[in-house]
Amino acid sequence: MKILEAKNIDKYFRKPVDFHVLKDINFSIDKGKFVSIMGKSGSGKSTLLYILSTMDTDYEGELYLNNELITGKTEKELSIIRNKEIGFVFQFHYLLSDFSVIENVMLPAKKLGIKTLEEIKEDAFINLKKLGIEHLENKKASQVSGGEKQRVAIARALINNPSIIMGDEPTGNLDSKNADNIFNIFKELSQKQNLSLLIVTHDDDFAKRTDRIITMEDGKIIN
Amino acid sequence: MIQWKVIFSISKTHLVTRLKQTITAMLGVTFGIGAYITLMSFMSGLNQVLDDVILNQTPHIQIYNEIEPSKKQPIELFDKFKNNVHVVHSIKPKFTQKKIHNALPMINYLNKDKRIKKAIPQLKAQIFYISGSIELAGNLVGIIPLEEAEMFNLNDYILKGSLQELQNLDNGIILGSGAASKMSVNVNDKIQVSTISGDVFPLKIVGIYQSGVAAVDDIQSFAKIKTVQRMMAKPENYITNINVKLHDINIAPEISKKLTQLFDVYALDINTANAQFETGSSIRNLITYAVSITLLIVAGFGIYNILNMLIYEKMNDIAILKAIGFSGTDVQYIFLIQAIIIGFIGGVIGMVAGWSISYFISTLPFQTDGIPGLKTFPVLFSWWYYVIGIAFALISTFFAGYLPSLKAKKIDAVKIIRGQ
Ligand SMILES: Nc1ncnc2c1ncn2[C@@H]1O[C@H](COP(=O)(O)OP(=O)(O)OP(=O)(O)O)[C@@H](O)[C@H]1O
Ligand SMILES: [Mg+2]
Repeated sequence: MKILEAKNIDKYFRKPVDFHVLKDINFSIDKGKFVSIMGKSGSGKSTLLYILSTMDTDYEGELYLNNELITGKTEKELSIIRNKEIGFVFQFHYLLSDFSVIENVMLPAKKLGIKTLEEIKEDAFINLKKLGIEHLENKKASQVSGGEKQRVAIARALINNPSIIMGDEPTGNLDSKNADNIFNIFKELSQKQNLSLLIVTHDDDFAKRTDRIITMEDGKIIN
Repeated sequence: MIQWKVIFSISKTHLVTRLKQTITAMLGVTFGIGAYITLMSFMSGLNQVLDDVILNQTPHIQIYNEIEPSKKQPIELFDKFKNNVHVVHSIKPKFTQKKIHNALPMINYLNKDKRIKKAIPQLKAQIFYISGSIELAGNLVGIIPLEEAEMFNLNDYILKGSLQELQNLDNGIILGSGAASKMSVNVNDKIQVSTISGDVFPLKIVGIYQSGVAAVDDIQSFAKIKTVQRMMAKPENYITNINVKLHDINIAPEISKKLTQLFDVYALDINTANAQFETGSSIRNLITYAVSITLLIVAGFGIYNILNMLIYEKMNDIAILKAIGFSGTDVQYIFLIQAIIIGFIGGVIGMVAGWSISYFISTLPFQTDGIPGLKTFPVLFSWWYYVIGIAFALISTFFAGYLPSLKAKKIDAVKIIRGQ
């Protein structure tokens, strides 16, 4: 079953000069697959990921999530999709620095508003535990290390049981031990929970161990 | 669906983690609202006291005869010149009596009208106070002392002695303070008063009157209407003025117009008589509002600035919130709520501060000859100012927060994330 499908995606940057950054992108990801995207710097990986994550709507072509057309939906509808279906992990650990670790993890679930506060807290704690950072629960997000922040971000991405996790070099600025750790967590999620993952990486070892590698060059997918 | 709880908790966290800025913004509002309430209460208190001075002593309608040239000149009655153009030079007023015709039945009629609280007669006479060899020109007003006291608070202006005594004594007089000091006489002294026709009467001073207006106090004095009638050798129906007090001052112009038509007299209503005073009052109000609104606008700019800064600081937070599924509207509410919370808390503290300062002012001693009975600064406590104050605080902070929050709503998360 296809979780995510991109059809004929083109994107241009108009400023400072006209620049065709993504050229006729076609691919799909099946449920439970762990896919990595590789390619030279500037080949358009991040740009593609922003489109796939529904944050960037300025493109041509069609995007499907769970076989439903996403392209053309309103900002509000897209925010609901991001909240429910897509988990995000960035290269630079994006946490709300005024909030505690557990509050950061709970936020998407609170926004979703389906479970009670107690249940959300429980889920969040389970996720922290899975990632081995439950002891950081009540620390301010600004007071934990880079590797820890990365794991908090993963815990947050998982909180609403999304259809797919997307990551833009989530291990980019971690030491090899921490990077390995995160890879294992991803691998386990895809195998045990049948979660789909799409991860941009520059790390050959990381990519080799995934189910499939998509290589980009010059705004095109070359395999 | 909007999850208000999360939005509120994020707003709260932003406010609490930036407590200094939050308090600065709140103080701006507090200052604006507090100053507005204090200013309004104080100015209105002052206005009201001044209004009362006028309203208390001024009849709502004064009825009298005005001396003026006849509207119809005799030539108009002459048939022979009916179709000619009349040119009459140097028209002079015809002598008419100052006396109001049929005054007593008229007073009866007026007092039966339900809209009229009371109509009371006066007799104004020009006299001279005789003190040794000098004669001082003056006005003697014949009144019914107790009714005058009841309707027009004349008691407030009696420095010494009392109206009750005037009522009791057939040859009593209450003398203006200026005239009294000029002649260096005091209560219980006797003075001589001469009418225009030259008759001299001895009167006993039973009180001293002070209105606060020197020009009035120098000449004015009061006696019983009967006393004045006797002095002028006029009958009991000789009355020059009828002063009317209404239940509702607002219908004064309407009633005075009717009376003019009905009785062929002059009826002057209080609004016309005190047009200038109204202007002063409304200009004072205008200034108060201008100052208050300026203060609130300044406070509004403070909030605008602080929220704008906050949004720049919180760019990352905004991008994250959008990435994890908060909509632009959610983000906008987060910041708008902060503005409104600042406005509400600042406004409530401002109301308390405004009340406290007004109360403090109202306890400060303040006395003036012009306004008898005043012991402290006049302050008007009206819940209305507090309603306007808090409403203004909320509205102005809403607008101050609106533009920054709109900016937050429109921030492109991708741009921020790329910029990292
Ligand atoms: N806002 C923008 N305006 C114009 N050009 C842009 C903009 N953002 C990115 N680009 C250009 O688009 C191209 C693709 O950028 P993108 O960030 O997708 O590359 P990438 O594959 O993620 O590279 P890296 O591996 O270094 O992260 C680059 O050449 C970049 O200079
Ligand atoms: Mg990139």
